[in-house]
Amino acid sequence: MTHAPGAQIVEIIKNNQKDLVGDLLATMKKKVIRLDKSAENEIIIQATQLLGFLEIAIPQGQLSDLETRAWDDTRQLLSDFSQTRAKEGFSPIETATFIFSFKEPLFTLLRTSLSNNPQLLAEEIAVTSLLFDELGLLTISSYQKAREQIILRQQQELLELSTPVVQLWQNILALPLIGTLDSARTQVVMENLLQKIVETGALIAIIDITGVPTVDTLVAQHLLKTIAAARLMGADCIISGIRPQIAQTIVHLGVNLEDVITKATLADAFVVALKTTGSSVTNS
Amino acid sequence: MRSDEDVVRLRKVVREELISLGFGLVDQTKMITAASELARNTLKYGKGGEGHVLKLKDTVRIGLELVFTDDGPGIPDISLALTDGYTSGGGLGLGLSGAKRLSDEFMIDTESGVGTTVLIRKWKVS
Repeated sequence: MTHAPGAQIVEIIKNNQKDLVGDLLATMKKKVIRLDKSAENEIIIQATQLLGFLEIAIPQGQLSDLETRAWDDTRQLLSDFSQTRAKEGFSPIETATFIFSFKEPLFTLLRTSLSNNPQLLAEEIAVTSLLFDELGLLTISSYQKAREQIILRQQQELLELSTPVVQLWQNILALPLIGTLDSARTQVVMENLLQKIVETGALIAIIDITGVPTVDTLVAQHLLKTIAAARLMGADCIISGIRPQIAQTIVHLGVNLEDVITKATLADAFVVALKTTGSSVTNS
Repeated sequence: MRSDEDVVRLRKVVREELISLGFGLVDQTKMITAASELARNTLKYGKGGEGHVLKLKDTVRIGLELVFTDDGPGIPDISLALTDGYTSGGGLGLGLSGAKRLSDEFMIDTESGVGTTVLIRKWKVS
């Protein structure tokens, strides 16, 4: 029998795969509440796969370094596993429990098979413990990555959602701004608006800031830049939705909006825009 | 404060505190805007730092105090920095002076190479 670290554990995995998977399920059920039939089947498949990969990887790989080639399959499997879990809404603890639940049944089997060699038993347990800790950390980090990807995607979706440019009338565009205007969003807003001005040949663009909670100098500067750019393209801008408290704050800040047409409501701005473009709406 | 998101978060905290103290909508907006300016200065010129929100109370009034501290390069000329329209970073040059006008009390302490601390307070008769 070889004394390479992890040799015993490979033997045990090889000979007891079925039992291990069964024990794993039992351990997980003790710790995790949510396990329906399909989830159980999934775990059986993934656990069997993982044990298969470990069987191949442990003898040829460095146990302390999971970045080496020998662990490619294992890493891939665990990263897929964590990502699915993250998307399905499992907690990181539930995700990592999958890996840590292997420890108990493996240790039990090790104890039985090495009962006459306590020194080797201790070594093997230490090696196995370290290995599964590493694997557990790997699932957590993959889980985290998957979550970050979800957040990033949502941010991007929000960015697109929150900046619609709508045509109100012939030659009149409206841009209802909602939420915080940071640099990234303002950039998108400005691009969308200028693009739409080109497409529609609009003469007036109404920027409505009813939904912007705070207008500080940075927001004001962004607005002024957008207005200047629109003006260069031949479109005039009206800022609407200036609430009383925002008006007072802008005055105290000392921001100069005198060169810009501003209105309290979008309706007021629309009337001005209609007049400027020579259209009118009458009640009949 | 390390990123733009922290500025948004700070504004939210300040807003909640002001509402809980019973400040009116105008004073809320003024203080939040001042907080936003100073927080962004801390981030942009101070290369990040800390923002502290404190509730105040004396015999006749209650208030909110905001303290922004950074260990950035400091401000070489405070009166120049408080001049409307002066900016060293491409802004409108109204943030610091605007924050002073938007608050009831304004204190600034800066030392070249050591950092800058700005304190503002808003009071309300309780």
